[in-house]
Amino acid sequence: MTQRQAYPSLVLHAQGLACGRGGLPLADDMSFAVQGGTCLLLRGPNGTGKTTLLLTLAGIVAPLAGSFAIEGADPEAGPLLHYCGHRNATKPRLSVAENLGFWAAVNGATGDAVEDALDRVGLGDLAMLDAGYLSAGQSRRLALARLPVTHRPVWLLDEPTAALDTEGHQLVTDLIDGHLDAGGIAIAATHDPITLPDAARMETTAPGKAV
Amino acid sequence: MRAFSAIVTREVALALRGGGDVLTLVLFFIITGAIVPFAVGPDKALLATIAPGIIWIAAFLAMLLGLDRLFRPDHEDGTLILLRHADLPLSAIIAAKVIAHWLLTALPLILASPILAVLLAMDLSSFWRMLLSLLLGTPALAAFGAIGAAVTVAIRRGGLIAPILIAPLSMPVLIFGTGAISATQSNAALLFLAALSLMAIALAPFAAALAISSAED
Repeated sequence: MTQRQAYPSLVLHAQGLACGRGGLPLADDMSFAVQGGTCLLLRGPNGTGKTTLLLTLAGIVAPLAGSFAIEGADPEAGPLLHYCGHRNATKPRLSVAENLGFWAAVNGATGDAVEDALDRVGLGDLAMLDAGYLSAGQSRRLALARLPVTHRPVWLLDEPTAALDTEGHQLVTDLIDGHLDAGGIAIAATHDPITLPDAARMETTAPGKAV
Repeated sequence: MRAFSAIVTREVALALRGGGDVLTLVLFFIITGAIVPFAVGPDKALLATIAPGIIWIAAFLAMLLGLDRLFRPDHEDGTLILLRHADLPLSAIIAAKVIAHWLLTALPLILASPILAVLLAMDLSSFWRMLLSLLLGTPALAAFGAIGAAVTVAIRRGGLIAPILIAPLSMPVLIFGTGAISATQSNAALLFLAALSLMAIALAPFAAALAISSAED
């Protein structure tokens, strides 16, 4: 909606990717290509490697086999991705605006202003409140507000709708939709149905072990 | 540069709002020094002789006490993972955190050291040498501490292991630190201290960044 900057056309390629935690292989032989402007939903029961796949794509866990690459990116462009995990990475003793302002400074304030992003996720009135007083859903909204503050073409979202109300689900859908409009890539692990207005932009895959 | 200063400012703001973290360290530092006259007796000459050692031991222990705060809260709430995708390289982020760590643990101790100097019957010239040696030596302790804290960040109760890991690294700092306070050959010891600090600050961010990147795997 407020994202005007279009990203260069990117493709996230994974080739025979296998990932696991602590020596335990969880998902293997995954090959997919996510084009700019599409969202890949990771579905499946608990413990099938959705989070691990996201951590692998984020470069935090090394893949057990195979490889992945983001093609078409300018190597000088700096970090390409937003990772939004289970933990919200908010500091209880900083105010809501200070929390988001910190990430704007550290990630680069290339997107929405802090106030606009807070308004957008519905925390505009609470900007001066200490983040420790936020409810679980509000903390989640604060974590999501990082996404529009810094433009990054690839979003890796782990349960983005966890703890959110119905309106919050709509917010996540809108954020992802706006991101895809700008040509971005989103990969989201979720148990809740996320329905984008344009179903052609969604692909679904289920990580897991080949039987 | 904006990101760098944002990290330093945030660390300082968190610690100052944390309610007494800094004060705890300072009180620990003073108490460690203050119990010595009770333990060894109020012999002024003896106290003045052992004062450099006592002050460095107190500073070393107090700085170990603050180590767990360096990375663990950020690891637990997921901040460390996100910082790996920041505009700055992880080693620069850790350098900023080491600077903030020094400001929050070493600087208050240095400011409180006159109290210990009085309690331990130091004369004025050794007091000035003590201030100088603490200023030059504590950056090395902060940098070595960052390595220990980074290596143990993913270990539960790792806060107890980090001091054991970095104790051998910190020995030279203590040796030259006390050497710089005692009257003979103080200049050479000060130069060694400065060299140690420079080397530690230059290398520690890279070592700690490596430890943190492999911690999650």
